[in-house]
Amino acid sequence: MSEQPLFTARGLRKAFPGVLALDGVDLEVHPGRVVALLGENGAGKSTLVKILSGVHQPDEGTMAFEGQPYAPRSAAVALDAGIGMVHQETNLLPGVSVMENIALGRLPLRRGLIDYDALRQHAANHLDRVGLGDLDPATPVARLSVGARQKVEIAKALALEARLLVLDEPTAALSREDAEILFELIHDLRSQGVGFIYISHRLYEIPRVADAVVVLRDGAGVAGWSRGDVPTEDIIQAMVGREVDEQFPDPPDSVGEELLRAEGLTRNGAFADVDLTLHRGEILGIAGLVGAGRTELARALVGADQLDAGTVRLDGEVVRLRSPEEAAQAGIAMIPEDRKEHGLALDQLVRDNATYPMLERAVEGGVVRPSALNRLTRQLAERVELRGSPLQTAATLSGGNQQKVVIAKWLPREPEVVIFDEPTRGVDVGAKQAIYRIINELVLQGKGVIVISSELPEVLGLAHRVAVLSRGRLTGELPREDATERAVMQLAVEG
Amino acid sequence: MSDNDALPPSAPAEEPAANGRHLRALAERLLSGSGPLLGLIVLSAVLAVLAPNFLTVGNLFNVFQQITVLAVLALGGTAVIITKGIDLSVGSVLGLGAAVAGWTFATAGLPMGVAIIAGIAVGALAGLINGLLITYGRLPPFVATLAMLSVARGLALVITGGQPITGYPTWFRWVATFRLFGVIPVSVLFVAALFVLGSMYLRYRPTGRALYAIGGNEEVARLSGINVRRAKLKVYTAAGALAAVGGLFLTARLNSAQPTAGTTLELDVIAAVVIGGASLNGGSGRLAGTLVGALIIGVIRNGLNLLGVSSFWQQIVIGAVIAVAVMTDTLRKPAGG
Repeated sequence: MSEQPLFTARGLRKAFPGVLALDGVDLEVHPGRVVALLGENGAGKSTLVKILSGVHQPDEGTMAFEGQPYAPRSAAVALDAGIGMVHQETNLLPGVSVMENIALGRLPLRRGLIDYDALRQHAANHLDRVGLGDLDPATPVARLSVGARQKVEIAKALALEARLLVLDEPTAALSREDAEILFELIHDLRSQGVGFIYISHRLYEIPRVADAVVVLRDGAGVAGWSRGDVPTEDIIQAMVGREVDEQFPDPPDSVGEELLRAEGLTRNGAFADVDLTLHRGEILGIAGLVGAGRTELARALVGADQLDAGTVRLDGEVVRLRSPEEAAQAGIAMIPEDRKEHGLALDQLVRDNATYPMLERAVEGGVVRPSALNRLTRQLAERVELRGSPLQTAATLSGGNQQKVVIAKWLPREPEVVIFDEPTRGVDVGAKQAIYRIINELVLQGKGVIVISSELPEVLGLAHRVAVLSRGRLTGELPREDATERAVMQLAVEG
Repeated sequence: MSDNDALPPSAPAEEPAANGRHLRALAERLLSGSGPLLGLIVLSAVLAVLAPNFLTVGNLFNVFQQITVLAVLALGGTAVIITKGIDLSVGSVLGLGAAVAGWTFATAGLPMGVAIIAGIAVGALAGLINGLLITYGRLPPFVATLAMLSVARGLALVITGGQPITGYPTWFRWVATFRLFGVIPVSVLFVAALFVLGSMYLRYRPTGRALYAIGGNEEVARLSGINVRRAKLKVYTAAGALAAVGGLFLTARLNSAQPTAGTTLELDVIAAVVIGGASLNGGSGRLAGTLVGALIIGVIRNGLNLLGVSSFWQQIVIGAVIAVAVMTDTLRKPAGG
């Protein structure tokens, strides 16, 4: 590494009221290299990224980009300098065309008017670089898949001549195949000299994508490797500062009699003729590629979407599931994948989020008592190991703790069947373990749990039994001992 | 997994489904652009059957002329709503612009040309203040323009002493009365020109496109180097200036500046914009749609008048049309996303 680094940071410190977010962090990225930046939520990754992108200014420390001192005062300065950001949730305008998104703020003009031919050409060039050469640049972003949006976002950064790209959880919303395509794209761009800072909670990706690894904990760099194939256990140990017995607790020996039996479930255009059973005390994993119909199936089971055919029996009785309310009354609950959109009112207090379904329990003398709400919230918080006060807003919690609030909300209703859709997306290692413990506790209480996850190791690690969907059809079921990654993928691509 | 979003290029086995999806997408595309237009055509056809004198050239231009003021205000209203804003003050600013112009001409004794400029300038100023309150004062648009609604109306009453100002030069009234070839009102041509210019601006000027970006996601727009504050200031200033222009049209038509002119017109403006397909959630909307929305309101009023239906019932019908128009729009989209 004798070449000049693309980007260096030395001794970055940043304090917010009450928190030392960064405590002397060093970072170095060389052209054509990928540095994985890892750490639990709250370790300082986002603060570092925000300093890089000009949103925050450091209290101490210096940065240099391409040999020049670099101290951006605003996000626009960082973009102009050549540092592009691709965020966890894509920052594209859904209703606006791909080409306008790519050139947003810099539309090409001819005699003062937007030159749509040049705009289209400009977009096409950059889309080609990210492997979207076939996409019509006039397509509205809303019509693209999540994977394609991510690529459009990278194309947008490249259009700004970014030489350093910060990818923040780029694969969180991607299927395995799309993630693989993204890795190839990163590989191509590296050979063009683009440097990357790569942030991810999916540690198994790191050897595949990174050339160097930096681990942050409590705002300080605690470990670094100048290679990518670092054993996952070593990374985890650096992240949490203690040994964590990786990763999935074995499912308890709790499987009992049949709880749920679904036959011939069909929703036109989403899935057809799916039979499922779930026993008391059982964790059923549902695996499949993007578009296989997993989420649609779960939504139908909780009445969020209507079934076109099929019956669902709970304890032998046919139940009707025309709305989530009916499903909840029957005893089926879902912890949705997108907690920000479907699970939480972010601007409201943790307490209010957690207790909306049980306000009547806090009524004393005809009115809802805030003190009773606080007490209920604390009881729930204990059950889900929630860190944080009942009186902070949900938005200020980490992803993992937000997820715990969503779970906590359902516990008092004592659902018999709990469906977890992507329970650990964007959640850090410690919180993942807590969520796994909650799942195991539920089955120990004799409830049935269905886990849907695009992280195959998670499904395999948690479930007693794995059902695999492919293109809306059930292509197989594997007991835990036969459910290898390979066997599941085989079924997932069938059909 | 939001599987709904996936348009996998790798689903060759599902040919019929894919075809169906394409057809549906095409139909949605056609309908989303022309849904309001279809509504207008159906409505006109029904009225043409019920009221024989509805479908005459003269009457159709009457409809156009009756909606000129609404259309001018809705032009600005569309831009505001595209940015995810709202302007409740335009009815009052219309009254204020008319009052200022009237006062400048009749009381201050200045030429009518100066009066017109003064009226429009005060309207623009009111809009600019809205914009400043929203951008620098961090007031929600609803609150800022609600305040202006009250202030502007009060000023209009103060300036006029609550009395109408009448007696304008012939050439000024000509704006509202002259008909080219005896049929086409000049005011209609003027509004048509404004809409063409406005549409071009929204499509071909970066600042026009920026409004959609701001309404779609303000943070994204800001990070893309768009000057969000300046764009908003411009939009509200334009809306205020256009409201004053509307006030001048109304003055010319009535040969009188009424201090109470335009009361509750802001609600018709919002109605025209949303009937025309714009979303109050921002990021979408087209002037052609708004024009159709204004025409739908105009056609209902005119048609029901011809049928002898009382204006009380007209209000009920318009309310129902707003609900139905927006419902057909939202119900067409998949629920739950």
